Amino acid sequence: MLPNIPFLQKNKREDQSKVFVPSRRDFLKLGSLATGGLILGVNFQCSGPKGELVTFAPNVYLTIDSDNLVTLVAHRSEMGTGIRTTLPQIVADELGADWSKIKIVQAEGDEEKYGNQNTDGSFSVRMFYEPMRKAGATARQMLIAAAAADWGVDEAECDTKDGMVHHLGGKSASFGDLVGKLKDMPVPAAENVKLREFSSYNLIGTDVPIYDLKNITVGKAVFGADVDLPNMKIAVVKRTPVIGAKIISYNDEKALAVPGVVQVVKIEGSGFPPGLDKALEGVAVIADNTWAAIKGRDALEVEWDLGENQNYNSADQLAEMLQSTKGKGKVRRERGDFDGANSSASKKIERTYEAPFYAHATIEPPAAIAHVKADGSCEVWAPTQHPQWARGAVAGALGLDASKVKVNVTLLGGGFGRKSKPDFVVEAALISKAANAPVRVQWTRDDDLHFDFFHSQSAQRINATLDSSGKLTGWNHHTVFPAIGSTSSKEELHPSDGEMGLGCVDFPFDVPNIRIESHESTGNTRVGWLRSVSNIHHAFAIHSMMDEIAEARGKDPIENALELLGEDRDITFQPEMVDGEYPNYGEKIEDYPWNTGRMKNVIQTLKEKSNWTANKEAGKIMGFAAHKSFLTYVGCVVILEKGSDGKILIPEVHYVVDCGVAVNTDRIRSQFEGGSQFATSLATTSAITFENGQVQQNNFDTYQIIRMPASPKKIHVHIVESQIKPTGVGEPPVPPFIPALANAMYRMNGQRIYKLPFKV
Amino acid sequence: MAKYTLNINGENKEVDAVEDMPLLWVIRDLLGMKGTKFGCGQAFCGACTVHLDGVAVRSCSVQVSSVGDGQITTIEGLSEDGDHPVQKAWVEHIVPQCGYCQSGQIMNAAALLNSNSNPSEAEIEQAMEGNLCRCGTYNRIKDAIVSASKSM
Repeated sequence: MLPNIPFLQKNKREDQSKVFVPSRRDFLKLGSLATGGLILGVNFQCSGPKGELVTFAPNVYLTIDSDNLVTLVAHRSEMGTGIRTTLPQIVADELGADWSKIKIVQAEGDEEKYGNQNTDGSFSVRMFYEPMRKAGATARQMLIAAAAADWGVDEAECDTKDGMVHHLGGKSASFGDLVGKLKDMPVPAAENVKLREFSSYNLIGTDVPIYDLKNITVGKAVFGADVDLPNMKIAVVKRTPVIGAKIISYNDEKALAVPGVVQVVKIEGSGFPPGLDKALEGVAVIADNTWAAIKGRDALEVEWDLGENQNYNSADQLAEMLQSTKGKGKVRRERGDFDGANSSASKKIERTYEAPFYAHATIEPPAAIAHVKADGSCEVWAPTQHPQWARGAVAGALGLDASKVKVNVTLLGGGFGRKSKPDFVVEAALISKAANAPVRVQWTRDDDLHFDFFHSQSAQRINATLDSSGKLTGWNHHTVFPAIGSTSSKEELHPSDGEMGLGCVDFPFDVPNIRIESHESTGNTRVGWLRSVSNIHHAFAIHSMMDEIAEARGKDPIENALELLGEDRDITFQPEMVDGEYPNYGEKIEDYPWNTGRMKNVIQTLKEKSNWTANKEAGKIMGFAAHKSFLTYVGCVVILEKGSDGKILIPEVHYVVDCGVAVNTDRIRSQFEGGSQFATSLATTSAITFENGQVQQNNFDTYQIIRMPASPKKIHVHIVESQIKPTGVGEPPVPPFIPALANAMYRMNGQRIYKLPFKV
Repeated sequence: MAKYTLNINGENKEVDAVEDMPLLWVIRDLLGMKGTKFGCGQAFCGACTVHLDGVAVRSCSVQVSSVGDGQITTIEGLSEDGDHPVQKAWVEHIVPQCGYCQSGQIMNAAALLNSNSNPSEAEIEQAMEGNLCRCGTYNRIKDAIVSASKSM
């Protein structure tokens, strides 16, 4: 079942990655939801001994009580981006609520009620900026109407602020005093809901601290494994060592002898291909506490039929993939005549780029709690990015209707795409059913690294041609990597249009002859999406090559990029696509064009903010790249220096971002600060490898992520002021950082970098 | 199985546990205190950091039988109401992103400042090297430790 990842299926526009793409249907539904069509109506609830507490709920995202409590619903998952604060912040600003007095509650997984909850693809703000404003404005308008009628004044002379309606003449009333008067008031029609002037926002465009800040610092924030239920058991699973392996037999005698172990059950796996939302074959040890379950698992004896991937070796595959890029691939984008440009070129540059498998390695390993109850229904608590998918997958695995499954969303201890996949939630449900008790399934770090949905390893080859005047005349980009689709189908041998649209076919530079090709590779493990997905390797290759082209042309890299972006214009890509569509992250290209002017402005601003010219003259070691992803324009300069001990350090990083309207400026900066650290790990420390079908890394000693001493020091983030509709920032910091760092490394030691990870 | 009396956050708590059970699971599973987090189980990430007699230790790698009458402090016991200078500095700098590693980061930072009230940048980096943050909050952590050191 792939309820929300239709991107993995072929040739249907609406099936383009919902991972990256809000579906049009959902968007329209939400548009209407927030503007009247699907509003629940003015929902009053009375409670208390005299029925004195009145609750006004003009839509599913907010309620106002007569005691002045404004409750905002966070319907998307918090994994560190701040979205649990940012979307309610928009509602509150339109409403004119007092932020210091609001309460935020997390929605359960119910897309019928809340709209899309798939927190992925950097699209939460993009998709919900407008609906959240409408949600707040609807309530504001009704409160003002009630107050104005009461006071006999013109509504236009009233406004809301700090939880009160104020009239120009000095009268004021609290929201709580007014909600009782809204009972018979019609909800205004969509077209009659007026949004605030941009200049009147008090919260949008500011550093609103995250809602959970205090709770996190005192250890009270509730993550996946922190939910405790009465009589809950803990399960740890011994899973298939090779994806697709099946159990021949197992002996649980020693496991059951471990004090605290109460039961051992087999989990039927999905075989191969493994799918994105299925449990893997395994044996679950169920115990009274986590330690007993871990020791019980160690004591299990399992005989495996290792299956078709038992000889899989990732280094061999990478070598084959690299070799394949020499041949003709499947053409995905074609402009002009690359062969002609190649034959008449006066200079040719041909380079290859390799990148490894990566694991998400969230510090919180997957964990989920499920309780299959006596009536057959199931309640889940999980750190999931995609509660609706978890709900459907659990329902499917238990043979229930989704209405019998309730998914409560906890905070996520990091997500980065891993916790979109509900496999671990399905495990919890299956084990709870077998144990006839509430169960927490707890993944250990080796589980996390062995059974991730990995970012694919990749090989690329780029041929660039220059004519005698130094003009870049041709660009031929070959890319090959096991597709996300291979996790669900053996027939998916090429990257999908969605994956090609992540930084490859959307090559923006104004080159007369372009050919972009993909090549076949097989999936031999579980492949998924990791923060910025295929942009990671595509941006590394393209912007590393652009730096070589600048050098070959005798140009400064920034001047080279500005020149090659060409005139200010909107690029459409679609006319040059071959047998495919340019997905544009699921948005119409007219709504979100690829505008070279915005990118050039980002680069110009970056040049100023990073003191590029002066630093260059002063001999500073710098690398540059600019990359648009998830509809957000980002430029990055990385500065290097050698420490006294000879170690290379990253003292400064400069980012400029144009993401349209900046809602929570602090969380935008924090995404860029963290994104550069995340990218430093991808560039310099992390790699997953397979031998005999098995992952070779077990913990943070062998799968390393960056630690404080080697992390970039000062990360400057400049946000372009804009009133253009907002896009997202969760992923866009990652792609340009890696080539900017690689290009700086070249200036440090004269060695170009063609393979990730590289040693700094 | 054996009975242990542990001094946690100033209170004596009795637990029944096998002797090799890591302190982490005693704290989380047997005592139900969830602020201390599980990250790697092998002392590589620091998410489970607590204080044992004022010194930062990785509770995933301390066996319950080795604790004796040592005084354990967890994030829940670091201060009365989140008002330890390190916690206040974490709020001031809006350090956390997902927040999962931050109990361990805060406990490690508090232990650092116990032993060195005015650490240099290099000393901070060295002391915090064992605490991983996948979200990448390292620079705010550093800034927060500097702020906290000034207010202690």
